[in-house]
Amino acid sequence: MKAERKGDGVVASAAAVSPGYYALVGSQFWRRRVNRVALATIALIVLVALLADFLASDKPILLYFRGEFFILPNLFRYPKLQIYDMRLLLDAMQPGDWAVNPIVPWGYNTHDLSQVLQGPSEWHWLGTDASGRDVLSRIIHGSRVSLAVGVMAVTLLVGIGVLLGSLAGYFGGFVDGLLMRIVEIVHSLPTILILVVMLAVIAPEGWGAVLAIMGVIGAVGWTSVARLIRGEILRVKTLDYVTASRAQGASNTRVILRHVVPNSISPVLVAATFAMATAIMWEGALSFLGFGIPADMASWGGLLQEVRGNPSAWWIAIFPGLALFVTVTVYNIAGEGLRDAIDPRLRT
Amino acid sequence: MLRFIVRRVLLMIPTFFGVTLVCFLLMRMANTDPVTADLEAGVRGYQVSQEALEHLRQLYDLDKPWYVQYGKLVRRLVTLDLGTRWQDGRPIAEILGEALPVTLLLSFLSLSLSYLVAIPIGMYSAVRQYSLSDQIITVILFMLYSLPGFWVGIMLLVFLASGGYVNCPWTDTPGCFPLQGWHSFEGFERMGFFGKVGDVAWHIVLPIITLTYASFASLSRYMRTGMLETIRQDYIRTARAKGLKERTVILKHAFRNSVIPIITLLGLQLPFLIGGAVIVEMIFGIRGMGLVALEGLRMPDYPLVITIVAFTALITMVGILLSDILYAVVDPRITLGGS
Repeated sequence: MKAERKGDGVVASAAAVSPGYYALVGSQFWRRRVNRVALATIALIVLVALLADFLASDKPILLYFRGEFFILPNLFRYPKLQIYDMRLLLDAMQPGDWAVNPIVPWGYNTHDLSQVLQGPSEWHWLGTDASGRDVLSRIIHGSRVSLAVGVMAVTLLVGIGVLLGSLAGYFGGFVDGLLMRIVEIVHSLPTILILVVMLAVIAPEGWGAVLAIMGVIGAVGWTSVARLIRGEILRVKTLDYVTASRAQGASNTRVILRHVVPNSISPVLVAATFAMATAIMWEGALSFLGFGIPADMASWGGLLQEVRGNPSAWWIAIFPGLALFVTVTVYNIAGEGLRDAIDPRLRT
Repeated sequence: MLRFIVRRVLLMIPTFFGVTLVCFLLMRMANTDPVTADLEAGVRGYQVSQEALEHLRQLYDLDKPWYVQYGKLVRRLVTLDLGTRWQDGRPIAEILGEALPVTLLLSFLSLSLSYLVAIPIGMYSAVRQYSLSDQIITVILFMLYSLPGFWVGIMLLVFLASGGYVNCPWTDTPGCFPLQGWHSFEGFERMGFFGKVGDVAWHIVLPIITLTYASFASLSRYMRTGMLETIRQDYIRTARAKGLKERTVILKHAFRNSVIPIITLLGLQLPFLIGGAVIVEMIFGIRGMGLVALEGLRMPDYPLVITIVAFTALITMVGILLSDILYAVVDPRITLGGS
């Protein structure tokens, strides 16, 4: 009875304008509240990462100072303001001067030496680390690193995985055997050790470290995507429409790119979302082990590393970890929601 | 079955060489070696002579081309004549003999624990699907699954071991658990057998928790899914229709088929466990394979690091093979190796 009604519904909606596959998946995803919350949180994290300099900086956003107007001193360097940090600047301001300050008036590398390793206070809402740097500011700026690493590493690993997986799945035989052997080799390597070995080899500095971490996570993490897309392609390959397009004389490249890959892409999207969570977690772990982001840059794992020297600083232990945990969780929720949304068995 | 095992074991050989080659090339790409890194800058202010440097390079084969180095390394791995550690000249076999049992102890204890807890929890929450307890369990498992392992380790260390926050209710010491190591540094030798077991157990409580909770969470989730699929099968309805008790239906009929998927995960858990062990060993200062490898990497002592990577890769491959065999043993419908 129930199935019959459902059947009617499908016929009716097909008779009207079909919403299309992605619209359908989207509405399935949007239907659940946890998914909406997760997506909103992801948007918030992205926003924080993009606006980090406006949220936490030791220079104002707008400043009228001694008869001069400074636009965005938090982004651009003004030689005249170089000697001031926020506190000195506030002291030096005279009546008639005004400033629009960021919410957190500390840069991620501002050393407040009067407040070294202090717990949360009205000055430093989430406390300071062992060199007097504001934890909240470092968490805000650390979101950039984790977002950049996540996005780029996942792009890389999905790219490698889709390329090698589709080659293996489509051509089969010797190519498949060889590529699957490579997958097995990479899969058998102890991940963290190999990541550390690679980073020790590259020995990067500054933003190069972020690039290096993206690269090594991408280079190690692609195997599951490759396996997934290989399996999908083995399935799709035997379908009639692929045979039909080959019969029309389509080349291998065309069949793979136009027909096989687009039909296998949904599970890859799910895997990519989960991979985002894993990549962010790995970046944290690597920075924590001291092989990742250098100490003069802000990263969540790097902050957590400081706890090992100062086990009494609970605020350094809790807050960066919480940021990492929330980020990983929302990506996992989004991945789960996406997986359910593309699963036709769960469609309502 | 035998043919399948033989074929898989043979396939492990090229994979094994691939693993060592990848690791070797990576480490040699660094273009530094202990001789260059440490001695060229001089020792205690004295310049080390070129002859001495050359002699050291010769001693460690660093002057030979890479394929000679790799060949020697492989020969040593295959003949199990592992050589000595550059740092202090101790035999690598001896170092591994100390480190491997520790890592294996951590991994297997955590693996068995997570299976022991995950199976009943997964079953319980599947049988009570959509109930309040199921929803609470699902949310908790999901959160555990997303918790970064090294963060959990740090939090346990800070709050339970450092003694800064919690005064232990059952001992008079400020922290409940030791900060570092897998056994007491003093007096461990003099303890009796049970004393030693107790001491080790006390030391590895926090590391085991850190290592276990994530795999336990993902296993429970798989178990729940497997169970949910199984109890929708016709034969379960038949079993109920026969008038069997619900208990018998679940524990005897549904249980067997629903554990199959998580048994195959056994092999896949191993690389994660060993990877996680590196971090846990580092946090809790436990001298297992991971910590030894990290130390070797600092040198950089490439034979030591590659030996450890090769060993862990071997354990991983054997684990995957075992889980495939186990899969066929528990599920007679599966024939290995095809036609």
